Amino acid sequence: MKCRKCGAAAALELRRHNAAFCVADFVEFFRNQVRDAIRRHKMFTRGERVLVAVSGGKDSLALWDVLLDEGYDTTGLYLDLGIFDYSLESKAKCEAFAAARGARLVISRVADEVGAPVPVIKQVTRRPPCSGCGLSKRYLMNRVALEHGMHVVATGHNLDDEAATLFGSVMHWQTDALPRQSPALPSTHPKLVRRVKPLYRLSERETAAYAFLRRIDYIVEECPFAHGATSIAHKEILNRMEEASPGAKHNFLFGFLEKARPAFERAAGAVLHECARCGQVTTGTVCAFCKLSDQVKRAAGSGATAADR
Amino acid sequence: MRVVLRNPRREVEVAGNRRVKEVLRDLDILPETVLVIRGDDLVTADQMLREDDVIELRPVMSGGSQAHAPGTGHPRREPASRTSRQ
Repeated sequence: MKCRKCGAAAALELRRHNAAFCVADFVEFFRNQVRDAIRRHKMFTRGERVLVAVSGGKDSLALWDVLLDEGYDTTGLYLDLGIFDYSLESKAKCEAFAAARGARLVISRVADEVGAPVPVIKQVTRRPPCSGCGLSKRYLMNRVALEHGMHVVATGHNLDDEAATLFGSVMHWQTDALPRQSPALPSTHPKLVRRVKPLYRLSERETAAYAFLRRIDYIVEECPFAHGATSIAHKEILNRMEEASPGAKHNFLFGFLEKARPAFERAAGAVLHECARCGQVTTGTVCAFCKLSDQVKRAAGSGATAADR
Repeated sequence: MRVVLRNPRREVEVAGNRRVKEVLRDLDILPETVLVIRGDDLVTADQMLREDDVIELRPVMSGGSQAHAPGTGHPRREPASRTSRQ
């Protein structure tokens, strides 16, 4: 198989693009997709400070790598979820990445902020672990960005992540979720920082290949709580469709963004307030993060979660 | 050849000289879900692997929660009564 650009031996075949690339041309293709995403959705400019949420995985570190190389003003944010060895290892990967590139890295511990790490939150709330984890991550990303004067938060969500989320929303006809699914969510409140997904044009396999070829040392192991997650089941279904029809995921997501999403956009968005407790943005009186934190602390007070670190 | 699989880490032996796509098909692995790694290189589906090769099939899938906008986001499959609003 030959590189479409230069004719040299190919390192990666991209069936959805009916193309194959050598290492150098694939890396350039990847960067071009990120540049295109940033430009199309006016994600950020070179004068803005970008907080890159990093997990130690392939996507977020690949994103940070591209943004650093492109000369953007970035700071990494690692949220320590307290998920046993998985968190220890992923934090070490982020620290090593930042140190090798002389990049700034902020670390925030969920256990300090919520009152307990993710495994205990799971136990207290009796909800799927991804529930309290996702809620905490969204809240803390925004708050840390505000505290550090960041203009925008960038996450490593890729095409597969976005297609799987869309698939889940459509399967349940969550029409309130559909207009919110976008590569760039603007700030709709002074305390709500813009959120962007510069990798939304790139598949999971492409981000993994980029990370591998750039010799980025990322955590290959899955989060121990991810097993059985709905999003993974949806990805497997979509990958079967992709195998039968290359480009299926791309067409599903991009067709939605271009044609269907505008139809779901509501004329008036939800009314946003500031949480009576922490001052962060919420649609209610007290935000979900404060309620979660209360629940965790009540359980800790009653001894229900003793010895769970 | 020796094929290294991950999550959990395990190894299988595949006999003979085979193309990458044949090895993936035999192991019932979709090409879209893995990187095929030999040493420091990626290997494309049409390449021939030799009996003495060691290859890693590294999964590319990650999962868990999806982040939505504050004020709105919440993982699906929650009963409506338990849906929190941030």
